[in-house]
Amino acid sequence: MQNLRPLDEYRRMRDPAGSNRSHQSPTVISSSLGNQEERTIEAEMENTGAVGGTTDSNIDAASETLGNVRCSDPYIIAENIDVFYGDNHAIKDVTLEVAKNQVVALIGPSGCGKSTFLRCLNRMNDSIDSARVTGKITLDGQDIYSKSLDPVALRARVGMVFQKPNPFPKSIYDNVAYGPRIHGLANDRAELDDIVHTSLERAGLLKEVKNRLDDPGTGLSGGQQQRLCIARTIAVDPEVILMDEPCSALDPIATAKIEDLMDELSENYAIVIVTHSMQQAARVSRRVAYFHLGKLIEVDETDKIFTNPSHKLTEDYVTGRIG
Amino acid sequence: MADGFNTSSRTKVEAGLARRRRKEHLFRAFGMAATMVGVFFLVAFFWTLLGQGSSAFVQTFVDLEVEFSEEILAPNGELDLAYADFDGVARAALRKKFPDVSGRNDRRALYRLISVGAGYQIREAIEGDSDLLGSTQIMTVPAAANVDMLMKENIDRSVSEDRRPLSDQQIAWVDALIADDSLSTRFNSALFTNGDSREPELAGVRGALMGSFYMLLITIALSFPLGAAAAIYLEEFAPKNRWADLIEVNINNLAAVPSIVFGLLGLAVFINWMGIPRSAPLVGGLVLSLLTLPVIIIAARAAIKAVPPSIREAALGVGASRIQVVFHHVLPLAMPGMLTGTIIGMSRALGESAPLLMIGMVAFIVDVPTSLSDPATALPVQIYLWADSPERAFAERTSAAIIVLLGFLLVMNLAAVIMRRKVERQW
Repeated sequence: MQNLRPLDEYRRMRDPAGSNRSHQSPTVISSSLGNQEERTIEAEMENTGAVGGTTDSNIDAASETLGNVRCSDPYIIAENIDVFYGDNHAIKDVTLEVAKNQVVALIGPSGCGKSTFLRCLNRMNDSIDSARVTGKITLDGQDIYSKSLDPVALRARVGMVFQKPNPFPKSIYDNVAYGPRIHGLANDRAELDDIVHTSLERAGLLKEVKNRLDDPGTGLSGGQQQRLCIARTIAVDPEVILMDEPCSALDPIATAKIEDLMDELSENYAIVIVTHSMQQAARVSRRVAYFHLGKLIEVDETDKIFTNPSHKLTEDYVTGRIG
Repeated sequence: MADGFNTSSRTKVEAGLARRRRKEHLFRAFGMAATMVGVFFLVAFFWTLLGQGSSAFVQTFVDLEVEFSEEILAPNGELDLAYADFDGVARAALRKKFPDVSGRNDRRALYRLISVGAGYQIREAIEGDSDLLGSTQIMTVPAAANVDMLMKENIDRSVSEDRRPLSDQQIAWVDALIADDSLSTRFNSALFTNGDSREPELAGVRGALMGSFYMLLITIALSFPLGAAAAIYLEEFAPKNRWADLIEVNINNLAAVPSIVFGLLGLAVFINWMGIPRSAPLVGGLVLSLLTLPVIIIAARAAIKAVPPSIREAALGVGASRIQVVFHHVLPLAMPGMLTGTIIGMSRALGESAPLLMIGMVAFIVDVPTSLSDPATALPVQIYLWADSPERAFAERTSAAIIVLLGFLLVMNLAAVIMRRKVERQW
């Protein structure tokens, strides 16, 4: 236990992983058009397979998740979720509740299934042929995997921000206006303008792009692109925002901006974020869920996870011994 | 330890440098040589083509003083356009030029100096203006192909008389015509306004050009939407299973099936079974659609595959349906690639002749087709037909037809480039 640092210290630390990654080109999207871009999900699938093949004496197949998977006034309830990619058992019996106005961070080593779990929450896994999800997820009491629910309607309520900024190759305005347009949220041009401006404002981007809304979204810097993607997500006025490592391609300054933004957004939305940075998890989240080899090992208040974790694996991970 | 490692790897790297550089130089030299060979053959091709074909764009004409004699044209006092002896008028004009030619054989040899097109031209003139009857006009009529060849020095005056298509006497008459300035060389508009003909000086590519145009119209109207729809379905919606693999293998195979097989298929299905008239551009277009479909599907699938998955996820993430993802995001990005594939397919279709032989488009067709079901030929078939003709004058027309075909191709590709520019996004 002496390796554990106080939570404040975690929060003060600038994310070393983040700055290491900052040399990655933030404009990957635009330059890789028409090129083979690695399919992150599939890469994840393979990782899971590779790790899943090894036996780890530390996790017992039948072990219960430690900490507290329940929360008061839950908005999203995931019960006994299992995900299979073909024969590969990627998520094993995960139960987790998320309340509104709360940021929950999913952490864990690469290939542990946290992104897969996140993608279950807006049925993004539907687009992978081999993926099969069992268990029950309810959003505000409604079963999201029921036949009667259209994933299109679900995704309007559960927005998603991806690892790499992926603005559409359209103008900044059209990027933000796309969601409201396809859902018919605005009755006329003035209303649409209003939605676009409000969304950009709330994403903290309006000041920077006010005078060039007709410029291509892909011409922005990496951090701006990611905030544009967040603006695009909140323009649809979702109830939940899922973020899959939203800062991993960004430099520390852009990361700080996005984190501030998450703080503000958490007042109105339930936010689930996947992150590889413990510092980020410590800074932005109320609760933290630690995944390992497809299992949810421990869920608890952020303070508790970083200062007094119950499971040995969690402790090893947050102190940097694995992962 | 670290030092030792560094020095040894440095020496190893440096030792290999010369070899690497040599390899690069060798490869560059090889690439340059390959390009040069290609360029050489291209230049040789264009050189011979232009050298042989350019002369077909001009044609020798004879100025004749034509008397629209009522005696010949309207012996009964009435002009009958269908039966009147227009050739006789032209012959009389020629006789007037050479009054001392007598005897049946000599006269017949004399008449062979002008094209049978002269008669048609006189008919057209009088059809347009019936007041011409009884008057005398200077008309410029096409010379016979052999005279034209003599003027273009494709007939050698020095070879013996029995081995050349023009007799000494005929050459003397031509020289006489040259002497009194009756022969002139003008742009050969017949090449572009006439259909095929047995007389080289009257033969043109218009029929074949229109046939090719109609066929391509059908081909693009059928194969682009079908190919694009198939590619979109296979890439975006079809489950990836053994059936999908089977379909993919078959499409790839179809792209490599010899085109004559498609011709046989068209003969069996479209003509024998469906009863569409043979030699029609409609059948040709259908067959060429079958031929180009696999090419377009393969290219379109590649273009769709190249659209980054992150764009699809972004659209799905804000709640777009799959069809909206395809039409709002994937297609606009894939369109340039799909258009390129379509143009490659169209160019191939334009150049195909083998399947057209099977469906009767190799016939000698004089009329220019005006609809999709009129009998027609196509440019490559026309080239084949002319290349097969014994007359010397058809040789240059063959080259000219190839030039026209290349021009058609160039226009098509230019249109494609312009269209690509329009749909291509700048960011």
